[in-house]
Amino acid sequence: MAPKTETRLARLSGRSWSSLWDWVGVAPFFIFILFFLVLPSTGLFAGAFQDAKGNFTFDNILGLFTPYIIKAYRTSLQVSLITSLVGGVFGFFVAYAVTIGNAPRWMRNVVVTFSGLAANFGGVPLAFAFIATMGRTGFITAFFKNICYAEASGQVCPFDPYKHGFSLYSVLGLTLAYTYFQFPLMVLIITPALDGLKREWREASENLGASAWQYWWHIGLPILWPSILGAIILLFGSAFGAYATAQALTGGSILLVTIVIGQQIRGDVLGDANLGYALALGMVVIMGLSIAVGTFLQSRTTRWLKA
Amino acid sequence: MVKSMNLNRINWWAVFWGGLGLAYFFVPLYGTFDFSLRIVKGELSFLAYEKVFSDPRFLSSFRYSATMGVITVIVSVLLFVPTTYWIHLRLPRLRPVMGMITLLPFIIPAIVFVFGLIRTFSREPFLLTRTTFTTDILITAGYVIVTMPYMFRAIDVGMGTIDIRTLTEAAQSLGANWFQVLFRVIFPNLRIAILSGALITFATVVGELILADFLVRPALGPYMVNINQTKLYEPAALGILSFGFTWICLGLIQFFSRGRANQQLTGR
Repeated sequence: MAPKTETRLARLSGRSWSSLWDWVGVAPFFIFILFFLVLPSTGLFAGAFQDAKGNFTFDNILGLFTPYIIKAYRTSLQVSLITSLVGGVFGFFVAYAVTIGNAPRWMRNVVVTFSGLAANFGGVPLAFAFIATMGRTGFITAFFKNICYAEASGQVCPFDPYKHGFSLYSVLGLTLAYTYFQFPLMVLIITPALDGLKREWREASENLGASAWQYWWHIGLPILWPSILGAIILLFGSAFGAYATAQALTGGSILLVTIVIGQQIRGDVLGDANLGYALALGMVVIMGLSIAVGTFLQSRTTRWLKA
Repeated sequence: MVKSMNLNRINWWAVFWGGLGLAYFFVPLYGTFDFSLRIVKGELSFLAYEKVFSDPRFLSSFRYSATMGVITVIVSVLLFVPTTYWIHLRLPRLRPVMGMITLLPFIIPAIVFVFGLIRTFSREPFLLTRTTFTTDILITAGYVIVTMPYMFRAIDVGMGTIDIRTLTEAAQSLGANWFQVLFRVIFPNLRIAILSGALITFATVVGELILADFLVRPALGPYMVNINQTKLYEPAALGILSFGFTWICLGLIQFFSRGRANQQLTGR
């Protein structure tokens, strides 16, 4: 009896030693994350609940509900929602065209390659491209300006977009620029899902007398819904967190939440450092919420698909 | 009969959307290129490009960003290859946790992240922003965090395609120690995954604006914002050059992995 217990003890202690050794192997990574991600984030979020002296308070959170900050959140949400929906729908149609839409083969190759490129073409260079194209002196602006015709009163050039309310340095311009990376991202995510739609399903529904609309409404879209939802959330997040393109395009004149945070870091425009932390916390809460809601809806639809 | 005819007919609805997508890609690109050639009134020239390349501030900021890119790649690879290897080998239940942690940069926007970095590391006890050297250490760590979704995924996928258990046991039975297993067996077998992770990381760091701007380092991103305020045609040339740079990096990844490079590179 005794030797058996001893070996078990030896094995047990051996095991705990080796499991300790297992954890030592991943320690550098977790220390790195703790130091450079957890510590800065928790410090920031704790600051959102402190006053200037370090006492606990909800004042900063309540301070978010001032017109200036609410407007910033509203603009950010508006731009992110519009670009993720526009980019999502547009990207879906483009992906549809090059997959089951039977567009020419070369078109599929070019679209997929350029989607990979454009989805990665963001930040300051994207702003440059749109300024050179649709800015005040840009390529398309010049093109429209040169559409002229003669009239009794002389030559009329009616198409100067900047005289008709268009401006690139506005929410509309921002939306156009963001769409440049949003819809390719949608194409990249949704193309595999569209490729996965089996031809037999379409044929079966047609044999049963379903119209194209009925096929898409009752079969195609419900199957694709989880992928579409996941993609839209990703698009929303990539627009909501964007800073560089907006800063370079508008010089910070459109007050998105990211732009306000940037100005706060530069020089306390809110006049209260802790209010700035609360502003940042709000962004992360919205990002987390959008992912949570998306995952919840996704799990519901995928469960329904399995059943 | 009708079906097979359908297959051969051109679907104009599809061509319309595909064409619209291609137009959205190419019109801004063409517009930028055209604009970048018009610095001299009345003729087309590459003068804007020459001006960019002869600007010492462009060269120095590109050199700084490229150097930081290489350093970030080295640190990131040395951090993620051993950790991912160890998790695949010994702690597979940690893999989902690791996956979630490495996705955090998607939930915490870069501007919020840099805010946190500045708040934590510009005061005691972890003061790092006082000298340029310690700031560079801080910014490297920040770049490793910002790029970890791409680096981890690339290495995690690569690790899944090789049989690390057999490789490890074979190497150990031949008398290799852990260091040798890692650097002479695992690294060489993972070179393609490491290379694609490294290229994405490098491209991201070179184009990055937010960390460099707010930590006040002379990188390419802040230089580009600055030139946008003073020049008209050079930014267009820089836009075309950036597009070319992204194309090269993605092309290399595609060439080496012969797969689709469908990750996102740049911070926005």
